Amino acid sequence: MTVGDPNQNVPAAEGSVGAVLAGDGLAGGGPGGAPLLDVDRLTVRLPVGGVPRAVLRDVSLTVRVGEAVGLVGESGSGKSMTARAIDRLLPAGAQVEGQIRYRGRDISELSGGDLRAFRTKVAMIFQDPRAHVNPVRRIGDFMTEAMRANLRVPARYAHLRAIEMLAQVGIDDGARRLRQYPHELSGGMLQRVMIAAALLTDPVLLLADEPTTALDVTTQAEVMAILDDLRREYGLAMLFITHDLELAAAICDRTVVMYAGQVVEVRSSALLHQDPLHPYTAALAAARPDIERSSTRLRAIPGRPLSAFEAPADECAFAPRCPHASDACRQSLPALTELDGGLSRCVRAAELRGQLTVTHA
Amino acid sequence: MPDTTAPDLAGPDSTSPHSAALASNGPVLVVTSLRKEFGSLVAVDDVSFAVGAGRSMAIVGESGSGKTTIARMIVGLERPTRGTITACGADRSRPARSARDRRRRGAEVQIVFQDPYTSLDPRQSAEDAVSEALRLHHDWPADRCRSRVTELIDLVGLDARQARSLPRALSGGQRQRVAIARALAAEPRVLVLDESVAALDVSIQAQVLNLLADIRDETAVSYVLISHDLAVVRQLTDHAIVMHRGRVVEHGPTARVLDEPQDPYTRRLRASVPRPGWKPTRAGSESS
Repeated sequence: MTVGDPNQNVPAAEGSVGAVLAGDGLAGGGPGGAPLLDVDRLTVRLPVGGVPRAVLRDVSLTVRVGEAVGLVGESGSGKSMTARAIDRLLPAGAQVEGQIRYRGRDISELSGGDLRAFRTKVAMIFQDPRAHVNPVRRIGDFMTEAMRANLRVPARYAHLRAIEMLAQVGIDDGARRLRQYPHELSGGMLQRVMIAAALLTDPVLLLADEPTTALDVTTQAEVMAILDDLRREYGLAMLFITHDLELAAAICDRTVVMYAGQVVEVRSSALLHQDPLHPYTAALAAARPDIERSSTRLRAIPGRPLSAFEAPADECAFAPRCPHASDACRQSLPALTELDGGLSRCVRAAELRGQLTVTHA
Repeated sequence: MPDTTAPDLAGPDSTSPHSAALASNGPVLVVTSLRKEFGSLVAVDDVSFAVGAGRSMAIVGESGSGKTTIARMIVGLERPTRGTITACGADRSRPARSARDRRRRGAEVQIVFQDPYTSLDPRQSAEDAVSEALRLHHDWPADRCRSRVTELIDLVGLDARQARSLPRALSGGQRQRVAIARALAAEPRVLVLDESVAALDVSIQAQVLNLLADIRDETAVSYVLISHDLAVVRQLTDHAIVMHRGRVVEHGPTARVLDEPQDPYTRRLRASVPRPGWKPTRAGSESS
């Protein structure tokens, strides 16, 4: 395995876990830089009143071993749906085109034990921890369930591992916390429990869906620092889903920007803010109020974000709100095109180089 | 041991919030030595401030700081344990005695809540919600009510189709516009914005913040913005108080509080805001 193995003090479980996963070809180590996760031209339609409606349109992205990728967008952009598709959590009746490959293997072929093994390797953290724990079961049951059920770790070891992992996320009195119920913990504490629980199955990829949005800013800083530390310690890759461009830029290596169910820009996070490639990214950054100064008017983006199913199939979805839109933008759906080390879905991207600023009015 | 010495609100800058607000047309909202206890918990402890006409004040803090409890006391949803709240010269620290008194208070102070999904009646269209508030607060003939509904719907940037829609057919930003229009129907002097833009998408949040600035310019309404978002606070308010565990730890002009925070908690809050090049740090673990 390529990751530091926190299971090393559980010799009984180690062999069986490794054997199960290796047998499925799910745990094979990849060389650094190889795609761990490969979302390839993913289109997802969900039935609404019997009519299939697109929620994701031709989404492609990769996450390499140990890499942190930000997935940024407004509501309806498809960012959470992308994460759900990756973890095979799409609602019933979803029509899926394209492929999601984990270490080269199409995840749609997984079932039963393979699927469970995959989910221990690709762990998910949700925005609202309270909605994703059983309120009438103790923290200890919740945290050790996956280890006991999927990895067949004996309960006693699972318990000790949970206490260790709680210490890693800054919760020192783990034994007491394991006996508590979710309602006895604050939101920040519960989210740290969720992170600890996600890490207990020794994942290689973390899907984090707005894990700090419901938290206070000082708690957010704390939780992000914990995620950052653990990610480095365990060589964990992360797909970090957020509406907060600044947060994504600060903690991710690369950022993928989505709009109306499509990827519109992929850019190294360091460049995304000063030098965006797509007008939507620039507009999103400029619309956010600046903590350094107040402006007479914010550069609001006119209109509202489109959902994927409302977006036109044969023109740029952002064109109606875009200050740079021209006739060319309405003539065909722009392709995601390479430009200056990133990708942009804008026909005018090249000629707009240097003109897309995020400075405030 | 309970700390009986109340912290003096006059901070490092000698201007107290009272004098700052009094400088502009006199305060429309004055809160003095406000305290709220829930059992043994002191949620709000000796908080005083004043807001002038057409001014905007932020109450900044995180969950548990007492900021929402203050908002609820201002609009009369909670009764203060001690202290007074005065709006437009009239005391509102005690429950209203009559329907007439309650309506008068409603005409002084209105509130827009954080969650536009739960603050509207799901069976009432946008224009019906606004119209009901109008009829409650004004004894106007039907045609004047109707034209005012149109004006208010227009002011918050909704179109005719959206005005006839039920909340479930509207997006979060559109619902929040309905809530703002409904609050403005009473023509309040003070609008309490309890995290009113926190749940909105960034591009919509900018629209609503611009809208709120326009409304303030046009109507001279005062805002009390309850927020944890320092960038939003900077954009919309001229004065800010920072609350931590029920107490005011810092107050002053918003720009000064954010640029030169004096209190250690304000500094920590400021340092926690993500920005390019930001590295999150593990500060002391919270206790809860």
